[in-house]
Amino acid sequence: MTKFALVGALASAVLFASAAAALDDEAARTARWNELAQDIFGAKQIQQGDAKIALEAPERAEDAALVPVTISVQNPKDVKSITLVIDDNPAPVAAHVTFGPAGDPQSLKLRVRINQYTYMHAIEETKDGALYETHRFVKASGGCSAPSGSYDAEALAEIGQMKLRFLGQPQEGQAREAQLLIRHPNFNGMQRDPATQGYTPARFLKTLDVTLNGEKVLHLDSDISLAADPAITFGVTTLAKGKLAIEAHDSDNAVFAHNFDLGTGGS
Amino acid sequence: MAREGKQNMRGLRETRTTAVENLSAPSSPPAASAMTAHPTRRKILLGGFCLCCLPGAIRASDAGPFAMEEIAEGIHIRRGLDEEATQANENAIANTGFIVGRDAVLVTDPGGSLADGECLRATIAQMTSLPVKYVVMSHVHPDHIFGASAFLKDAPVYVGHARLTEALRQRGAYYREKLSALFGPEQTGTVVLPGMEIRDRAEIDLGSRIIEVTAHAPAHTVCDVSLFDKKTGTLLPADLLFVQRMPSLDGSLRGWLKTLDELKNHAAARAVPGHGPVAVDWPSAPAAITRYLTVLERDTRRAITEGTSIEAAIKTAAASERGEWKLFDDYNTRNATEAYKELEWE
Repeated sequence: MTKFALVGALASAVLFASAAAALDDEAARTARWNELAQDIFGAKQIQQGDAKIALEAPERAEDAALVPVTISVQNPKDVKSITLVIDDNPAPVAAHVTFGPAGDPQSLKLRVRINQYTYMHAIEETKDGALYETHRFVKASGGCSAPSGSYDAEALAEIGQMKLRFLGQPQEGQAREAQLLIRHPNFNGMQRDPATQGYTPARFLKTLDVTLNGEKVLHLDSDISLAADPAITFGVTTLAKGKLAIEAHDSDNAVFAHNFDLGTGGS
Repeated sequence: MAREGKQNMRGLRETRTTAVENLSAPSSPPAASAMTAHPTRRKILLGGFCLCCLPGAIRASDAGPFAMEEIAEGIHIRRGLDEEATQANENAIANTGFIVGRDAVLVTDPGGSLADGECLRATIAQMTSLPVKYVVMSHVHPDHIFGASAFLKDAPVYVGHARLTEALRQRGAYYREKLSALFGPEQTGTVVLPGMEIRDRAEIDLGSRIIEVTAHAPAHTVCDVSLFDKKTGTLLPADLLFVQRMPSLDGSLRGWLKTLDELKNHAAARAVPGHGPVAVDWPSAPAAITRYLTVLERDTRRAITEGTSIEAAIKTAAASERGEWKLFDDYNTRNATEAYKELEWE
């Protein structure tokens, strides 16, 4: 994961400059993606994967600070990880999710910020190491510098609160879809203070670990592209009762942990 | 685009006003030439056009010039356009105006851009020689407050909600950049922070005229203040009240409904909406906005209960209200997103 660490570290410096450059033609957008793919996945070949992975997002997002994205895969049992890249965002790698035995990669939902008109890529990494991508163009702008919600002391009072709920009815032998909400401003460090001329320091969710009775459901590496109050919807493979444990770390090294007792189907 | 963004950053000259907690106007003698100090009847002041609003110098949309209407004795309101901000309209889309007391003038709101604010300032100067002592910024939205810097030369007390400063820290530069892209940095104005911060309630004395300022809990935004002119019984709720023009939700849906409920108990003779006609009946006027917000809440809550995802829910929430509002399609999806985000935590 050194590549991810690198991309993250460079996010507010190098990539900001290149993301800000106007990419108004298709050739430039293709070049941008090739460069990113190289940065993130190295020399590994990425195959066209429309038959394997699908990416849904609004063609034109009404709220650039909260763009719902759904990634679904055809063969969940083959999938090791999913990566969401928003090409022209200041930090393009919006999410990298690896799945464990208790997780089901079939459908993954996230809410992201989009800074300008951009391609979005979803990449599936299979257990045997192959990469498949699909992409779509999204018209939205200003989601990164435009704050959503309020980040003052009152708003920060609830940081780290979580809410979990299961969608749909449980069916024997089928994965269940769980939605996790986490209160966190996900400050991206791009809003300016008119009094000091400085930027609001970034503070964002970096990692999220979900386990079911100690068995890995998923691990998420993330960055400033997730919308405030991050929301993630994911599959849990079994109906087993017990504890769904959540542990989230943010860029200030704060740890937010919560156990949900599934005896009652979440809380 | 990138080059322009940089220029904006460089050109950003934010101004912090002197924080003067001064609840009453200085006792300067009332000017004899004050045209509107003692108006005898409600009237439309056709003479209230300023030079900058006259044809030729103006908004290419032909929307202006705007008349100031005296909706109650000494309260002059300019009708905002039911449009989105464009290069042509200089963001003159909110109802703005001023209240004249015996000793001083209070501006609320200062307008949507420096150009819009300058126009309001020139209009005031034509109508009264009394000094502008207070500029109330009703909330953080740019169509209401980017004209604030037009009044810096009057050194007024800028009044706002206790959470306005923080909101402007978060958004001021972004708004300025967006507006600058529309009509250039010179016409946009700078971000002005409030010097008088309202936490609960305060009174401003304009000389024989007390204006009550109330800070509200999150509703339309997280930093709404309303004004009440005791002299004429006029309520100025700014964007807590939209009439005919689609409301925009940027604070709390439940909070807004609660605030409207509280405001309805206000024994006001009339109200000045932030958008819509310059004066409306009270308390009947908020019926439509209350209905819209209630429908939005009902539809969104139902979607959440049924497990409908946010992307599906925002396509249908409050669709039954489409025919009731101007600019419905410009705001409803966003409002529904805000509503879902708030209610899913219940």
